[in-house]
Amino acid sequence: MGDEELERMVPELNGILAWVEQLGEVDVTGVEPMSAVIPNTLRLRDDVVDADPLTGGGKRDDVLANAPAAEHGFFGVPKVIE
Amino acid sequence: MTDFTSLGVKAIRDGVRAGDFTAREVAESFNAAVAEAAALNAFIVTTPDHALAAADATDAKRAAGADLGAMAGVPIGMKDLFATRGVQTSAASHILEGFKPEYESTVSQNLWNAGAGMLGKLNLDQFAMGSSNETSYFGNVTSPWKKAGSNAAMSPGGSSGGSSAAVAARIAPAATGTDTGGSIRQPAAFTGICGIKPTYGRCSRWGVVAFASSLDQAGPMARSVEDCAIMLGAMAGFDPKDATSLQMEVPDWEAALSSDLTGKRVGIPREYRMEGTDSGVIAAWEQGMEWLKDAGAQIVDISLPHTKYALPAYYIVAPAEASSNLARYDGVRYGLRDLPDGSGLQDMYAATRAAGFGDEVKRRILMGTYVLSAGFYDAYYTQAQKVRALVARDYENAWAHCDLILAPTTPTASFPLGSMTEDPLTMYLNDVFAVPASLAGLPAMSVPATLNEGGLPLGLQLVGQPFDEQTVLNAGLAIQERAGFDHAPEKWW
Repeated sequence: MGDEELERMVPELNGILAWVEQLGEVDVTGVEPMSAVIPNTLRLRDDVVDADPLTGGGKRDDVLANAPAAEHGFFGVPKVIE
Repeated sequence: MTDFTSLGVKAIRDGVRAGDFTAREVAESFNAAVAEAAALNAFIVTTPDHALAAADATDAKRAAGADLGAMAGVPIGMKDLFATRGVQTSAASHILEGFKPEYESTVSQNLWNAGAGMLGKLNLDQFAMGSSNETSYFGNVTSPWKKAGSNAAMSPGGSSGGSSAAVAARIAPAATGTDTGGSIRQPAAFTGICGIKPTYGRCSRWGVVAFASSLDQAGPMARSVEDCAIMLGAMAGFDPKDATSLQMEVPDWEAALSSDLTGKRVGIPREYRMEGTDSGVIAAWEQGMEWLKDAGAQIVDISLPHTKYALPAYYIVAPAEASSNLARYDGVRYGLRDLPDGSGLQDMYAATRAAGFGDEVKRRILMGTYVLSAGFYDAYYTQAQKVRALVARDYENAWAHCDLILAPTTPTASFPLGSMTEDPLTMYLNDVFAVPASLAGLPAMSVPATLNEGGLPLGLQLVGQPFDEQTVLNAGLAIQERAGFDHAPEKWW
């Protein structure tokens, strides 16, 4: 973010933070933080290859179809090591 | 050409089934209405060919004597948060501009399987973050409604503002919405239509661009309770591809609709009588109590003591989850890449996000990463999740005394575009009545009640127990029958 952007946003963020501070008033003694909004059991999928063909393997070209720079069957990125 | 745009979901489906008209005629009618309504900016992309192809498929099935689906022949608007194969899915952001998914979201696929077609992808607040549809990269959506005596462009609500504007303007009989903290109910209330957010997990989140995963739920927006019941039935269902999908039967909500509320107890939360709520909203709420009594229900006073803290808790939990979800937009795998000359990987990430995200999205990512940072995690995030547990417990306690809850959907009617952008907090407060049910994952619906003194729609909200969409829909129907809300915005576009 540029300086001008920051100048605008800092007071806004401070305002939001000051407002959420009121949560400190709430007595939460003995309350467990919520981890699941509706009780549900986590499932395991069948331990087989391509249990769902859509989310299984063999989708290289589909996966790369929207990449800004796909090269040789990989995601292209700028040089990482100088 | 006959104009079919005054028809809703049920009327179209039943008419196509009976052979009164063809699905193609209906699709052509709505395609033409969409093309005329560019001034609303409700659609980011229009897909008339998709609507026609689905209509032709329905007509062919009928000619062959095959069974037609629950949404047969109904062309709908698809909020541009649902991945649609081969059709740009942008979440109204620059960073996803041009992204054409190679797959279809479960909810949209369910709708196509039920015989629906797509008129186009509907505008929304960027990444569904906003309550006025003013944060879209593709421009504001303008409500079809005007305040009496004023020509000011009004907000259609948000984040499902393209959906609400399109359905209210009769350029789509129904549309999908998503609700994270009111994004179906608030725009429905602002535009005089119905919208229901089901119990968390009813509709698969697979293929829905993620905002806050523990809150996001899809739902229908339409002009009647019956239409919502039909469309929700088509959208919902267990999906193994979503770990939080509910593995339970989808009831036949449409078949079980009944506006007889004999024996039902309706809770009126006393904490919802807040300062800053319009007198017209309070009057509509009181009228709503009378309507439900008339339908056989008993009105009981209840307390939801942590209501005041729901909104600040939401503005920690939702940004925290958003900051994690939006980390995927890195300029590598899909979407925008901004690579300044001679720069490396880190510079590319920064430049891509600086150019690709709008202000509200940046604000929430910054807030989210801050409340999750090591030094502040317990003070903010853990505390908010504990308060969230207390908000949910308030409802559990209330269910001992009532079967559903009646409240206003919003503290005010719609406001002019640009009038609330000074301070993000004032905008957040618009969702004060909608957010608590989201935090608790409960089914909640907005139905239109009346017009206020300025000629703008006001909505009433019904909140039900987990998995009990039926009681919510039934109470919605009872209000619909008594309110007789048949107002439509005057066409100016």
